[in-house]
Amino acid sequence: MLRLPVIAMWLLDSTIHQSLITNHLPLAAFDFSVFLRPSPEAALNNLSYLVVGLGWSLLLALASWVVAFVVGSIVGVMRTLPSRILRSLGAGYVEVFRNIPLLVQLFVWFFVIPDVTPVIGDWFKQQVPPIWQEFISGTLCLGLFTAARLAEQVRAGIGSLGAGQLAAGLALGLRRTQVYLLVLLPVAYRILIPTLTSEFLNLIKNTAVASTIGYVELAQRSETMAETSARVYEAFTAATLLYAALNLLVMVLARALERSTALPGFFGGRK
Amino acid sequence: MNFDWSSIPGALPILWQGMIVTLEITLVGVLFGILIGTLLAMLRLSPNRLWSWLSAAYVTVFRSIPLVMVLFWFHLILVPLVAGLLFPGKRLELGLLTALTAFSLFEASYYAEIIRAGILSVTKGQFHAGLALGMNRGQVMRVVILPQALRRMVPLLLTQAIILFQDSTLVYVINLDDFFRKAYNIGNTVGTLNELILFAGAVYLVICTLASGCVRQLHRKLTVLPVK
Repeated sequence: MLRLPVIAMWLLDSTIHQSLITNHLPLAAFDFSVFLRPSPEAALNNLSYLVVGLGWSLLLALASWVVAFVVGSIVGVMRTLPSRILRSLGAGYVEVFRNIPLLVQLFVWFFVIPDVTPVIGDWFKQQVPPIWQEFISGTLCLGLFTAARLAEQVRAGIGSLGAGQLAAGLALGLRRTQVYLLVLLPVAYRILIPTLTSEFLNLIKNTAVASTIGYVELAQRSETMAETSARVYEAFTAATLLYAALNLLVMVLARALERSTALPGFFGGRK
Repeated sequence: MNFDWSSIPGALPILWQGMIVTLEITLVGVLFGILIGTLLAMLRLSPNRLWSWLSAAYVTVFRSIPLVMVLFWFHLILVPLVAGLLFPGKRLELGLLTALTAFSLFEASYYAEIIRAGILSVTKGQFHAGLALGMNRGQVMRVVILPQALRRMVPLLLTQAIILFQDSTLVYVINLDDFFRKAYNIGNTVGTLNELILFAGAVYLVICTLASGCVRQLHRKLTVLPVK
């Protein structure tokens, strides 16, 4: 069994040390063996319990990203079209999804929507297993929330290309749809990779909000582990490090993607 | 599915108590967030490598962890720890204090980045001009750079305040009764959860839309000024 003293404890004198142990937390030592003890979920130890939680977080983030990417692109493009109606519809979408707290939106998707949609709602509540109910609500909520933010980025990205590219595409005989799909969006996405990366990192962090509806992601599992094992310190430290590791991994991958897709002559590309 | 809005009028006084908690968190978070954030930004830009590194580490750590996780840390570890050191053996009601500290320190890392960018947007020449006039670094910062930088940052700082106002709903995870938590609790007891969730959402939507509209106006006004 490995027992390491917590660094902070070295700085505290013994009386304070004593009061900490007696009054508050099991802080006397960082007990790594807790990770090898059985978790609330049968057949898993606490470490795998948390790592699986991280997997659920990542799964939710990826599924939401697909929704966000598709919807965000559509709404972002709508905001650059000549049609007034489509533009204000896009603007309205962004306003609504940006100005309601994420937690409230999540509760709307999880509690309200299944109750007010007649047939699908009943099927959802009766037939779908709880974990997938939470997953689907979370995906819709995080996806459409993040879409509002992506829409702003996509709009700015297309805007930064200037009117020349659109005009050139139209002059070549492409239809507007073709210009967007073949010229404007492919270039815009590449320029946007850094901002899209930070949006994806935000999305990963936002998946922790799904803990409020009982989704078994990392933050929720760290809290459960803290309660069941009475090792708060270890549980939260491990969860925090896992979040930081995922963060780092995404940043490294994004940088590689950015380098391989960089366009010469644009800000993103090397000069 | 029919809605029953009849429980809302009677709930308003309780909801208002929750709104006060929400506003307290927002105001304290913005105030201390900006104060600590300014300090962090200046440390980050200071020539002292150690200070600069420490400030960067603080910002990176807070920005890479979900707010829910930060609230857990403060709720179950940091605040009880400090309270235990300061008032040994006493049982204290720490919910609001936890939220205020967590949001101040968390938001400080976001404000630090905004303020750092603002400071960097003031040209270097002004800094050297200040030094040439015989001021020390602190004076140049206080008298020349910060007043301009802050003015330029106002819209961003206010937008961040709106985000903080929305994020304060996450005190749900530490069982603190803010506006949304109160609405949720009432809905749960009365049996009109859907109505209260929707009502709370509408209140946030109206407040945030109005506030961000004002910020946009202000931004337009400020950018007309010859800032460069």
